[in-house]
Amino acid sequence: MNEFLHMGGYAAFVWPSYALTMVIVVLNIIWARRSLARASAAARRRLAVTEVRP
Amino acid sequence: MTWTWFHRLASPPHVYAFAARLTPWLGWAAALMILAGLYGGLVLAPPDYQQGDDFRIIYVHAPSAWMSLMVYVTMAVAAAVGLVWRMKVAHAVAASCAAIGASFTFAALATGSLWGRKMWGTYWEWDPRLVSELILLFLFMGYMALRSAIDDLQRADRASAVLAVVGVVNVPIIHYSVLWWNSLHQAPSVMKLGKPDMPAAMLVPLLTMLAGFTVFFGYLLVVRLRGEILRRERNASWLREALTG
Repeated sequence: MNEFLHMGGYAAFVWPSYALTMVIVVLNIIWARRSLARASAAARRRLAVTEVRP
Repeated sequence: MTWTWFHRLASPPHVYAFAARLTPWLGWAAALMILAGLYGGLVLAPPDYQQGDDFRIIYVHAPSAWMSLMVYVTMAVAAAVGLVWRMKVAHAVAASCAAIGASFTFAALATGSLWGRKMWGTYWEWDPRLVSELILLFLFMGYMALRSAIDDLQRADRASAVLAVVGVVNVPIIHYSVLWWNSLHQAPSVMKLGKPDMPAAMLVPLLTMLAGFTVFFGYLLVVRLRGEILRRERNASWLREALTG
């Protein structure tokens, strides 16, 4: 396990590369879902304004 | 041949529903492929005979770089279709791409920099491949800045589409930079004609990661696309259905 984490002496370059890429993958999931949630909320507000209430 | 598929592709409600149906499939398929690719790249692939374990950076660097180009081409093609046929859905696709592309272009540059530190002895070099990829990052950022500077969505769509289409000239420059100029960056070992210069134990995890990132882009695109369609749809009765159903 230690040997695996050591990455043949390149740990300081391999692990940050993987960590950074995976952080960007996760951030993209969050950003995409948030973008959809915001658009839905805005569309709901538009509908509420145009709706004729009985 | 009928054109119904083309009209369906242009119909926001149809695309919205289709995107919603695709989302879980693309999401889970991407997750499985990326996890398998990470395991293959970090554990199963043997160390390189010259670069040792440092070469494993390829499993995140190459997919990020591939993603940056794939996203840009998708954005430019969608923008062109939107300009030519005035298709709202196409503009929505283009608008969905920019943030995804910018973040993965940054990932490609940053992981390349970490890889270059030991292999080239420097984090950064004013090299044709590196500079053209940096220009790609600026194109994505310029596209987003232009969109956010224009309040009217239709005008933002058209203006940013022109930028996206013009900027596509940078894509072949990035790809061929390592062949046209004397670059520090290595020439393609997979994305080329003929056999890849890599043993299967190294190649299979790389192809898995490339496929996983491609499907992941599909997932991000369908999620964002639904939002962009909602933004462009005014007072349509299906909007109520889409939001309540």
